[in-house]
Amino acid sequence: MSTVIEESVPGAGPGAGGVPLQLSNIRKQFGGVVAIERFDLELRAGEIVALVGDNGAGKSTLVKIISGVYQPSEGELRMHGRPVSFRDASDARRQGVEVVYQDLALVDSQPVYMNMFLGRELTRGPLRLLDRRRMARETQELVDRLDVRIPSAKATIRELSGGQRQAVAICRATHWASSLVLMDEPTAALGVAETAKVEELIMRLRERGAAVLVVSHNLDQVFRIADRVTVLRRGRHIGTRDIAATTRNEIVSMITGA
Amino acid sequence: MTQADAALKARSGPRLRGFNWREYVVYIGFVVVFLFFAVTQGANGFLTTTNLTNIVIQTAPITVMAVGLVFVLSAGEIDLSIGSVVALSALIAAVTLRATDNMLYGAAAGLGAGALVGLVNGLFVTLVRLPSFLVTLATMGAVAGLAREVTGLQSVPVANDAFLSLFGQGDVFGIPGLVVWSIAAVVVGYVVLRQTRYGAHTLAVGDNIGAARVSGIKVARVKIMVLMGSAMCAALAGLLYAGRLQGARYTLGEADLMTVIAAVIVGGTSLFGGKGSIVGALLGSLLMGMLNNGLILAGLSVSQQMMARGAIILIAVSLSLREKRS
Repeated sequence: MSTVIEESVPGAGPGAGGVPLQLSNIRKQFGGVVAIERFDLELRAGEIVALVGDNGAGKSTLVKIISGVYQPSEGELRMHGRPVSFRDASDARRQGVEVVYQDLALVDSQPVYMNMFLGRELTRGPLRLLDRRRMARETQELVDRLDVRIPSAKATIRELSGGQRQAVAICRATHWASSLVLMDEPTAALGVAETAKVEELIMRLRERGAAVLVVSHNLDQVFRIADRVTVLRRGRHIGTRDIAATTRNEIVSMITGA
Repeated sequence: MTQADAALKARSGPRLRGFNWREYVVYIGFVVVFLFFAVTQGANGFLTTTNLTNIVIQTAPITVMAVGLVFVLSAGEIDLSIGSVVALSALIAAVTLRATDNMLYGAAAGLGAGALVGLVNGLFVTLVRLPSFLVTLATMGAVAGLAREVTGLQSVPVANDAFLSLFGQGDVFGIPGLVVWSIAAVVVGYVVLRQTRYGAHTLAVGDNIGAARVSGIKVARVKIMVLMGSAMCAALAGLLYAGRLQGARYTLGEADLMTVIAAVIVGGTSLFGGKGSIVGALLGSLLMGMLNNGLILAGLSVSQQMMARGAIILIAVSLSLREKRS
């Protein structure tokens, strides 16, 4: 695992600077309804943390807070020790939060490489025309490096299977992530084999030193890939456990409150 | 050549699978209609150079508008106000020319009027969040009324030689000016749609607006830009009409909306956004022009032409619109 250290991103060392994301005391209220009360979590470089909870527990709300879609009513977000706030999703992205959305956020009629560079297209020359060749080449390199099986970087998204699309979305996040990737149910729509591929990809992301927060419904998956698991129930933060030091039964009872 | 290049090349093959002939409807239709009129109307002069050049010349305003509309449809919006903008722009340009006799003022006034209508459309679509269908339906009526009001239903002659030469009757190295305008609109439209970030963002907005938004694309700006672009293309079409006909009248462009929409759709641009073809729009426009011309040569009365054109457009659009919706 020595390569982990070599490949790790800047600021991944010990101390507050090595914490890509720290949430303290996060609270979110919609009118009179409290969606999240008091949520605390520290996401370290090179680890996968699973966020679990029943439907309506507040997982999506939390993801939307971290990705800049919602602003917390109270509490503080820190990235690498610095307090941050996001105006909107693209502002969060600019500050280094990459998100793999459940609905993928891909443009179906465009080739893979245009999706990889969506909103950040490369241009060349004084007329700033699209540098399609370079985008296609860089995409192909990335896809090959991550061993993603798609026909070509020039294939149109519509031609790809669900798993291949998800892989493209994760590749994109990998490509641009400086240190933090958020995934909202990345395998919800996938078959068994495709899920395995995507999980492999997520674990490779960890090897590269990124901090990954995965929302998942699938406890088998959580125990397969995560290092820690944190549980929400009806907006309350029940707790966080190391995967090595907990059991499925404990997590299930934390989720259900039984 | 790097490894990735080689891999790219090696893997580009499978894309050719599943030839989708619907994408080529416009080419097939173009050839079929051409051959049909060549055979049936050849004796009436359909195939003469003068007649074929005339088709291209008369289609120029349609082509220019079609280029603008490709962007609007690609972004998932629609612009129904373009026909009215043609008349407004032509009349305002004509009135300005009459008052100042300055070609630049006339052209600027016409294009400015178009830009303004496009801006109003864009602001209502983005700020008030109304569907562009409703907004431009309303402005279509309002602008048509304004065009009638400007001169109190009077037509206005244009006598400025520089204007007439630039927008209608001049030529460049023997190529008629209106043909040059068509080519310019198509080339600029093609490069902007295919080779600029703005073009890519336009297609992304029409394809998956949520993805565009989270990718940092300024969705509202794109929508305003496409609507302004389309209105300004319509305004330019108005100038081209005024130049060719040496005058402006509130009826200009009246029947063009359907023709332009048909040309663009037949040309392979999606009515649901995300897919646009400038070359297809050019061929679609020429196809419409050819129909017009051929039906006249065939000796159909105006009312018969209208019916025939409507039926043919319906057939062509049905063939090209059957998109696979997954």
